[in-house]
Amino acid sequence: MGHLIPPSIMPFVLPVLYAVVIVAVLPLLAGYIVLMERKVMADMQARLGPMRVGPHGLLQPIADAVKLLLKEDIIPDKADRLMFWFAPLVSVTMALLAYSALAIGPAFQIADLNIGLLFILAISSLGIYGIVLGGWASNSHYSLLGALRSAAQLVSYETAAGLGLISVLLLAGSLSMKDIVQAQLDQGVWFGFSVPFGFFIYLVGSIAETNRAPFDLPEAESELVAGYMTEYSGFRWSLYFLAEYANMIIVAGIATTLFLGGWLRPGARYHEHIPGTGIEWLDALPALLTLGVALYSLKLAPTQPVKIQKIVMLLVAVLCLGVACVLAGALFAPPAVMQGIHGAFWFMAKVFAYIYAFLWIRFTFPRYRFDQLMRLGWRFLIPLALVNVIGVGVAIVLRQQFAWGPIVSLIPTTLATLGVAMLLAKDDAPVAEAQTAAGE
Amino acid sequence: MQTLNQALFIFFAVLAVASAILMVTRRNIVHGAVFLITTLLSTAGIFLLLQAEFLFIVQVILYVGGIMVLFVFVIMLVNLDVSMRQVQFNRQWFVAGALALVLAGQFLFAIWAGRGALRLPAMASEISPKNTEAVADALFSHYMLPFEIASILLLVAMIGAVVMAKRRAG
Repeated sequence: MGHLIPPSIMPFVLPVLYAVVIVAVLPLLAGYIVLMERKVMADMQARLGPMRVGPHGLLQPIADAVKLLLKEDIIPDKADRLMFWFAPLVSVTMALLAYSALAIGPAFQIADLNIGLLFILAISSLGIYGIVLGGWASNSHYSLLGALRSAAQLVSYETAAGLGLISVLLLAGSLSMKDIVQAQLDQGVWFGFSVPFGFFIYLVGSIAETNRAPFDLPEAESELVAGYMTEYSGFRWSLYFLAEYANMIIVAGIATTLFLGGWLRPGARYHEHIPGTGIEWLDALPALLTLGVALYSLKLAPTQPVKIQKIVMLLVAVLCLGVACVLAGALFAPPAVMQGIHGAFWFMAKVFAYIYAFLWIRFTFPRYRFDQLMRLGWRFLIPLALVNVIGVGVAIVLRQQFAWGPIVSLIPTTLATLGVAMLLAKDDAPVAEAQTAAGE
Repeated sequence: MQTLNQALFIFFAVLAVASAILMVTRRNIVHGAVFLITTLLSTAGIFLLLQAEFLFIVQVILYVGGIMVLFVFVIMLVNLDVSMRQVQFNRQWFVAGALALVLAGQFLFAIWAGRGALRLPAMASEISPKNTEAVADALFSHYMLPFEIASILLLVAMIGAVVMAKRRAG
């Protein structure tokens, strides 16, 4: 194949291929995250969730997509037509562009920029223009209010989330996604465990930045219909939806890379081999997990009520079996291939765990009031993040001057930050009570 | 590679100038803001062509992602219908235009007079890998004092703004 492609184009072939795969797979992935969201919500509320289309509602995303594509495309009379057309495109383009620096496994990355993290942050923060311009162009009060809330919220929480990330950058000493993961391997600890407060601040900040509950004020349905999306329908609306879920995967990807070890498997530094082979015990885990899912869906298949549902369930089982075979086969492949495939598996597993946490939080906490949202951002998270960053700086000095270990040196920092957090929360409680009592 | 770089430079430069002109001439202030964003983004693109990755990202994060969001935020609170009816340029616009022409003439003359010395240095053959570190080194060692003074100035401005807002509210 090498002689078919001229050498001047060769370095671009693989990145373009990756880009095409990401753009093609992402809408499907977003659709299934919606299904996951509905199923998790149903489970937490002791319901079944979507059950009609396909077995256990597995084909629901496809049906939703067809419905959205066939819907009438409405542009309001008094809308700014050009901006109305342009705004969803901005949102979705920026969301997709941010994937170009995300490292899904050691091999699967479109471009390893040495400003990788900053690039993702910058590009995904441009998505706000899609929301603001769309809300303005709709020429509707609900849309405009939603857009304004969104802008205010994003500007407030970006600061806190950024400061949360800086604590990791100090430890890793690099902005490249690859180097950050490598630093976690070298130091033998995922940064989420060594700087738990950085992780916590980023978790809260990322929920606010993606406009998810309990910070979903820009689209609070009881106050603003659907916020900035009120006047959108059909395909344009689905573009906004795609952008929102793409952004969710992006923030989950950032959190995974920075705090949860990226594509590293749990226990990446332990190399205990299965006797008689060159295979490590822990590397067999992904194949066994997917095999378990395959067997479970095989067991479920005969209990499906309709014949077509039985067939679809069997297809799911076969698909999982195929994935399990690939993961198991990778064990016997060269190490580079093995790490590429297993890295992607662990990365996606962590991303979905993070998204599950998002959903869990969404169905657990009631929505914040706008003043509560601002107070949490400015008077709790930002001071806490500042203390945390200073503490990490002190920890690095401790490590360099007194040769403390990477975990031990951060314990005083974490304790100090915890203390400040409790002080801030205590300081804030009477204010919150007084304001609630005054009926603000 | 050289021609590709030149083509990209011309693309970004034309985009920057064209959107700057459109920004001034649009009646609708939101459209103006969008064209200002395009100008800033194309300038960021030129930074990237010069392999100043860090400047590129700072331009995007600070100007486009931060300051312009606040601009747009404030613009949306303005009553657009009123501003649409108002006179866009004041009566001295031709004086300003003449001055701009004189300035452009000066620039052209300067370029023409120094055309012999005008030689662009060759592009750096490989991307310098430590762009961010280089900026940080310069800021925190060589330019430490100016950097700190600028930071304190910004802090004073910020506290001043908060104090003024508080007084008006109280």
